[in-house]
Amino acid sequence: MNYELLTWLVPVPPLIAFFLIVLFTNKSNKLSHSLAIFSAGVSWLISMSIFIWAISPNGVLKQPLTSSINWLPTADTFLKIGVQIDALSAVTLFFVAWTVFMIFIYSVGYQNFGQPKGDHDLPGLQPHGATISDSSGHTHKVMSIEPMYARFFAFISLFAFAMYVLVVSNNLLTLYIGWEIMGLCSYLLIGFWYAKPSAKAAAIKAFLTTRIGDVFMLIGLAALYTITGSLHYEVIFSENILHSLAQSTSPVFGLSWAALIGILIFIGVVGKSSQFPLHVWLPDAMEGPTPVSAMIHAATMVSAGVYLAIRFFPILSAGWEGGTELTAPMLIMSIIGSFTALFAATIALAQKDIKKVLAYSTISQLGYMIAALGIGAYVAATFHLVTHAFFKALLFLGSGSVIHGMEHGVFHTNEHIDPQDMFHMGGLYKKMPITFVTFLIGGLALSGFPIITAGFWSKDEILSGAFNGGFIIVFAILAISALLTAFYTMRQITLVFLGKPRTSAAENAHETPITMTLPLVVLSFFALGAGWAGIPEGFPVLGGKLPNWFTEYIGSMLHGGEHATEHHSLVPLFTSLIVSLGGLLLGYLVYQRFKKGTDDPLAWSLGNFYRVLENKYYIDEFYTKVIIKPITWVAEKIIYTWMDLKIIDGVLHGLSNIGLWLGNILRQKFDLPIINRGGDNLAKSTRFVGSEIRLTQTGKIQDYMFLALAFSLLGSIVFLIIIL
Amino acid sequence: MIPLSWYLILAAVLFLIGLYGAIVRKNAIAILLGVELMLNAVNVNLLAFWHYHSQLNGSIEIKGMVFTAIVILAAAAEAAVALAIIISVFRSNKSIVAADMNTLKG
Repeated sequence: MNYELLTWLVPVPPLIAFFLIVLFTNKSNKLSHSLAIFSAGVSWLISMSIFIWAISPNGVLKQPLTSSINWLPTADTFLKIGVQIDALSAVTLFFVAWTVFMIFIYSVGYQNFGQPKGDHDLPGLQPHGATISDSSGHTHKVMSIEPMYARFFAFISLFAFAMYVLVVSNNLLTLYIGWEIMGLCSYLLIGFWYAKPSAKAAAIKAFLTTRIGDVFMLIGLAALYTITGSLHYEVIFSENILHSLAQSTSPVFGLSWAALIGILIFIGVVGKSSQFPLHVWLPDAMEGPTPVSAMIHAATMVSAGVYLAIRFFPILSAGWEGGTELTAPMLIMSIIGSFTALFAATIALAQKDIKKVLAYSTISQLGYMIAALGIGAYVAATFHLVTHAFFKALLFLGSGSVIHGMEHGVFHTNEHIDPQDMFHMGGLYKKMPITFVTFLIGGLALSGFPIITAGFWSKDEILSGAFNGGFIIVFAILAISALLTAFYTMRQITLVFLGKPRTSAAENAHETPITMTLPLVVLSFFALGAGWAGIPEGFPVLGGKLPNWFTEYIGSMLHGGEHATEHHSLVPLFTSLIVSLGGLLLGYLVYQRFKKGTDDPLAWSLGNFYRVLENKYYIDEFYTKVIIKPITWVAEKIIYTWMDLKIIDGVLHGLSNIGLWLGNILRQKFDLPIINRGGDNLAKSTRFVGSEIRLTQTGKIQDYMFLALAFSLLGSIVFLIIIL
Repeated sequence: MIPLSWYLILAAVLFLIGLYGAIVRKNAIAILLGVELMLNAVNVNLLAFWHYHSQLNGSIEIKGMVFTAIVILAAAAEAAVALAIIISVFRSNKSIVAADMNTLKG
């Protein structure tokens, strides 16, 4: 098969689906979602065939597949774009294709396909439910279909297209294009219910916050292009370019160019992957529909940030050999990553909203990956990226299923509660068994439950990377956050599924349709199984039974293999066992007796600190006071009233007055007397001459003859005079 | 042998009579007659000079005679056209007085 052509084709189907839905099929819900799912399926199929070929012995292990075409002619050469499949993009393509495809299917059920139209649903607002009456005249309320159903599928198709572009491109230019299209799509999808003020604000916040990162990233790309003259991976990551980048000094703080560019690109990653201090948009992004949360926070957008960081690892780590001092970008990454991991995990402890907990847990897990990259655990970071994509997509879709079930209960009982608040749930394991089991699997994977879950293997690898590399502080922070992760995950599972129902809505909750549960089952398979591809050789008992395929495969991306020192200690293993099992047990013990109407047990045990956590360390408030308020003040008082109204408007008004005055003068002194009167007089004199000469035109032939005679005589006389 | 000047005088007299007739007569046909007279005066001139010229050179050429014949032919054609115009004017105006034909008055 022609894999080069196939790689070019991966992003195309969702793009076609997007345009077809927007232009033609938007009136028909069924046609629109069939198109979107079909296109995602085609992309999935292509991706899988590429993946299977790529991991085969004659795949991309030795030589990545690249293909370029000329795009923009520059002075004497061309700006090239193209596609590339190497070990990293093959693995990324694998999890992106699966999660995207599953999320597309799930969206059909989540957006209530097949339900009646709402009683008073409006585009731009969540569906409010429909009243139907059965044969006995008894009326009851059920869920109603999303009013902008087709639009949703168009957006997520465009989103999928952008992600595929990002993964298969072989240069930073098309990667950046995909990156920005995703920014747009995330804006559109977070603000999908645009009539809701909170959703609108969240969309703007997400867009602006990621934009900060994007601007720095663009500067970094521009610097890189200026220095190396290329944005192609194979060029910029080649040995001699890396060497010269690491050696040359940039004008900023005496950093090398590699470090400066690495830091700039990393700021883009911070924005996209929601690291501290640009993490504030991600929790608010939960305003979008849940499939969007899964799409943005697990499968695509935040993964794109980490993917870029992994892709950029050669430049980020240029000049670093295993065991030597970390480069500046790596140091920053390990600090920000581990800080974010702990920081977000503590916030997640005190959240009530089921999706917010997962959002903060996502931030925390992304911090893990960034920290892992920062300490040079390249393979571990990639591994965690893959497993995290699966189990976090699973958890988000599971939480969407829970919310959906709760909404069903809310409509049934007409109770006025927030269906996303975990404190209103409880006992759902009986009502929603499939969701419970799959959510449990996802939760255990997130907490790193030993041996059977994928999360354990990847997390363990990060911890052992940190410990064996000698980064004890990073190791300790990550271990504590792993403990907290296990704790809040168990808190969530206990509050939502275990115990007794705490509201009548929860009592009447209902398992969701097959279109929603099927993706959950598929993803939970990967949440368990994805870890087996990377069991380390040194692991007691199990090590070496299965080949550590993942490490070998991804490790081939690095020149000369991974730098981490190869001695194995059992400390990280025991630590990860203790933190994950301990956290889970603690969470269960604390929350198993939780009763309706009582406070969160953490609230009295943590006291005032709980308030701080609940309010996310007041960072949003801090940003509002320190950044947003002053900026709006400057914008209003200085830019608007002073600069705009006084200076710019004043200058413009002055100019217009001068123009008016000049025009008047010209009219009075030049236009009226010279042009107008001159013209009039010319016309008048012409008319006068005409009326005088008119007399000669008698129309009588003999007069003309006489005149002719007279003039010939005159002419003859003149002629004679001249001659003589 | 009649001297050349006599012919020229005759031609000038004829021409002036024709001119006078063309200018002062009211009848369009009379004007036409005046014009014909002027043409013939020119013919007389032509023939006189031709004859004088061939006498001087002592050789006989027929160019002058041919030229005159052509002028007479043209005059005949012109007279036919002019008379046709006059007839059509007469049909519409019931008059051939030249002073009444003033539709081109400015």
